[in-house]
Amino acid sequence: MKIATGNDLPTGDVVWWDGEGWTRHVEDAAEVGENGAALIAREEASRRVNAPYIIDAEMTERGPRPAHIKDRIRARGPTVRLDLNRVPIDPATGSWVI
Amino acid sequence: MYRYDQFDQSIVDARVEDFRDQVARRLSGAMSEDQFKPLRLMNGLYLQLHAYMLRIAVPYGTLNSRQVRMLAHIARKYDRGYGHFTTRQNLQFNWIELKDAPDILAELATVEMHTIQTSGNCIRNTTSDQYAGAAADEITDPRPWAELLRQWSSFHPEFTYLPRKFKVAIIASDEDRAAMRLHDIGVQIVRNEAGALGFKVFVGGGIGRTPMIAPLIREFLPAEHFLSYLEACLRVYNRYGRRDNIYKARIKILVHEIGAEEYARQVEEEWAHVKTLGLDPPMSEFDRIAAYFTPPAWEEGLSDDIDLSDPEFKAWVDQNIVAHKQPGYAIATISLKPVGGIPGDASAEQMEVMASLAERYSFDELRVTHAQNITLPHVKKADLYAVWQALKEAGLATANLDLISDIIACPGLDYCSLANARSIPLAQKIAERFAPLDRQRDLGELKLKISGCINACGHHHAGHIGILGVDRKGTENYQLLLGGSGAEDASLGRITGPGFDEDGVVDAIERTLDKYRAVREPGERFLDTYRRVGFEPFKEAIYG
Ligand code: SF4
Repeated sequence: MKIATGNDLPTGDVVWWDGEGWTRHVEDAAEVGENGAALIAREEASRRVNAPYIIDAEMTERGPRPAHIKDRIRARGPTVRLDLNRVPIDPATGSWVI
Repeated sequence: MYRYDQFDQSIVDARVEDFRDQVARRLSGAMSEDQFKPLRLMNGLYLQLHAYMLRIAVPYGTLNSRQVRMLAHIARKYDRGYGHFTTRQNLQFNWIELKDAPDILAELATVEMHTIQTSGNCIRNTTSDQYAGAAADEITDPRPWAELLRQWSSFHPEFTYLPRKFKVAIIASDEDRAAMRLHDIGVQIVRNEAGALGFKVFVGGGIGRTPMIAPLIREFLPAEHFLSYLEACLRVYNRYGRRDNIYKARIKILVHEIGAEEYARQVEEEWAHVKTLGLDPPMSEFDRIAAYFTPPAWEEGLSDDIDLSDPEFKAWVDQNIVAHKQPGYAIATISLKPVGGIPGDASAEQMEVMASLAERYSFDELRVTHAQNITLPHVKKADLYAVWQALKEAGLATANLDLISDIIACPGLDYCSLANARSIPLAQKIAERFAPLDRQRDLGELKLKISGCINACGHHHAGHIGILGVDRKGTENYQLLLGGSGAEDASLGRITGPGFDEDGVVDAIERTLDKYRAVREPGERFLDTYRRVGFEPFKEAIYG
């Protein structure tokens, strides 16, 4: 599947397109299908999100999981500061990210 | 230490207000990211993986306690309680919100700090020897020259849009503690046979995609011509640097392509003209700056004896203390590399402990080292035990300076948007594998440096052992390099062969060091043995 991500303009937080707006939870990311480029162009023009881009992901029981480790780290937080992760000290993070 | 005059302060204050206005326009949607990005970068504000990152300039690595307390305050109020000291002697905050950035710059300006020259294709913040003004082996304090350079280069209109970024390092001893020859321009302060002060000038060094050691361009530059000569060096680069290709745009490529001799000839030709323009300030202006760096009021007649009856303290003294030019004093380095920790990170509380110790025991001075540690430059030997006890309580007394666990590691894929692989977890695994201090000390001086991508912020080419993270079909992979050095015996590491996964590279390092222990001669560091026996025995040990 294809999903869209970027960083929230005022905070820099990692955000994902959920079909209607931008969420901080990758689990809620929506399939953008063939409309990714148009979505990115529109959202960039509306100036709410920074540097949005489309990535590959696979749908899992826990929702979309980005194909590349970089986006999985973006989704969760630094692997060396689990206390600062989006879900702090989540025992499931390790196997999900790596 | 240098103090701002009214010009410095008004320049910095004006920059804060400019940026406040720019951020407001970006947040209101009046400016696009394409328009805003160059402006935020000129203020050290990057967008990284998880948030904005703010890089704060620490000119030539020198800080006072008030400034460090301000960094702690910013860490707490605007970030997540910690900061990261970098190989450029700067500090980065990883979790900054755009809307807060102008307020942070305003707070920094109250303690004479800013983020200017930490990004963009300008002359970046000048780096120097962390032991400047204290080292027993220096011929003078290099920082007044670094400060002169800062004042000359800040907002220099001709050099604000160079072909690429430009980094200068300046030292004043034969021992190079600032990786001087890996900079675009490296300056070593020397005396000629007549005893006059001047500079050896090296141009065209750098790491990154195409690592190079800067060749000597001028054997002796009289001190009074410092700025006009550098101006000529920059002008030749600005004219002929490869603006057409970002990978070839650094000065090292120009110097390499036309040859050091031809580059030097062109600089001399340009200099003959520049010298007539009156760019060199009168020496009285230099003296004005130098007065800020007058040595502190060291006490005379102090004893050099240290009570080493506490073995843990003795280990720290043996490893983290170096000779000071003043009898009875020592230079103490605070390791930011606890085993299992994140190299270069310090919490707000740790920053405050270091600030208090500097204020109480080191004439209010701290230095950031390019190896991501902090130095207290002027500690009475009689006070070392008290300093060590306070550090120990704050988790800052790791006795590993220049040992295998004193690893330089860039932020890597845990934070950096350009990364291919993570650096920090690998540094932690290596430090844990070699954790026992007697094992580390048996291995001796060993500079291990890790970068998460080819940009080489972790100086991997200059590591006795270097590691470069690469992306192999979407998974992290690590190349191993041997034989680099960023010191006065500068050399570039050689890639051993096919890369490894994270555990594989730790095993490969262990095999490398087993080989070293088997073939070393008395007194040889790993690097010395490597240079004596060559690459092949180690390659054989690694790959079998
Ligand atoms: S070396 Fe690469 S990964 Fe590491 S900090 Fe620099 S740009 Fe980022």
